[in-house]
Amino acid sequence: MNNCTERLYNGIIKENPTFVLMLGMCPTLAVTTSAINGLGMGLSTTAVLVLSNLMISLLRKVIPDSLRIPAFIVVVASFVTMVQFLMEGFVPSLYASLGIYIPLIVVNCIILGRAESYASKNPPLPSIFDGIGMGLGFTVGLTAIGIVREVIGAGKAFGFQLLPLADSAAGKAGYVPVTIFILAPGAFLVLAGLTALQNKVKNNAKKKGKKVTETVGCGEGCASCTNSACGGKIFPTGNEKE
Amino acid sequence: MGELLIIAIGSALVNNVVLSQFLGICPFLGVSKKVETAAGMGGAVVFVITIASFVSGVVYKFILANKAILGGKLVYLQTIVFILVIACLVQFVEMFLKKSMPALYQSLGVYLPLITTNCAVLGVALTNVQKEYSLLSGVVNGIGTSVGFLIAIVILAGIREKMEYNDISESFQGTPIVLITAALMAIAFFGFSGLI
Repeated sequence: MNNCTERLYNGIIKENPTFVLMLGMCPTLAVTTSAINGLGMGLSTTAVLVLSNLMISLLRKVIPDSLRIPAFIVVVASFVTMVQFLMEGFVPSLYASLGIYIPLIVVNCIILGRAESYASKNPPLPSIFDGIGMGLGFTVGLTAIGIVREVIGAGKAFGFQLLPLADSAAGKAGYVPVTIFILAPGAFLVLAGLTALQNKVKNNAKKKGKKVTETVGCGEGCASCTNSACGGKIFPTGNEKE
Repeated sequence: MGELLIIAIGSALVNNVVLSQFLGICPFLGVSKKVETAAGMGGAVVFVITIASFVSGVVYKFILANKAILGGKLVYLQTIVFILVIACLVQFVEMFLKKSMPALYQSLGVYLPLITTNCAVLGVALTNVQKEYSLLSGVVNGIGTSVGFLIAIVILAGIREKMEYNDISESFQGTPIVLITAALMAIAFFGFSGLI
């Protein structure tokens, strides 16, 4: 059981997919206009991640090595389709606000990345906990960005009015929302701020002489990440042999 | 004709794929250090998205939504089918280019495998279905979207080349300053919203 709690800690804190690995940036930026959207996206990704990790872990001895990426993609795409229909049926308003980003969970590099680097090499139980940990880490990241954007951009959190709005017609003083934060540029700004904050913490730790473990993630070299995890190896091209 | 022009301008500038829809952020941030490589990536994306939007449109119209095959009930398989079609397509395009157009392969080759996981490709295929575009409008939407990606990534790479010489505060070096540049570009692209 120790191994399982370690996987949870690893996913939520040590290798947090949003803040440390910087994986899955598209949904991170696109759906975090409000905290509730971020939470919804995070939880649906978690569901897909747990189910696909379980399935891939169970099938890991059956899937031939050269065909593993297409097989992973089919497994992930099937679960995404299921989650999509469940959401359409039970939470139609969330489904409408997340829109095209639900089917796009298929190409989220967190899911293929975990399948490739963990679930295809480990037994089912740790794989499930790895999925839960990574998924919750992603959910925490998205919800945090969503809260920041919603509070600054609309004075709300989870739809509740936190800061009373100003009403110039009634001459009432109050908070004037910075609408740009819930528009597209706000996503880039908030993420830039959060990453800079993280750099600051790392740099301070370095100055104090602490060893900072450099996590090899997506940050700068997202291309290299997609390359090793999914691209290039989709089907063997024969390039490798030359 | 006018309608097609509106679709093209709308998807290239007004609803820019990277700056307002956030698709394809990974290559946008990862492959934008030099203008040359950015243009190469952009070119490869234009190439693949144009073909992919056509092929996925054909597959959807004539197989999945075909009334003659199970009464058109296969539509629910679209996500699975599209991602597999795109993965195979990229592989075929790569093999084809390698054999018949080595010069083009030299310039685009390295970027092609990366494109399978570019969510813009799947995004365009799904948007075409969602908006119920005809085959032609779908392809035009694909071209517009990918040209929008090309414009955005080349501009960002140009700015990043100049930024090399700037004195950026320590915490903002690397990814944060690139994200802020992207934010300013996104604000600039709001200027196009009155266009259609």
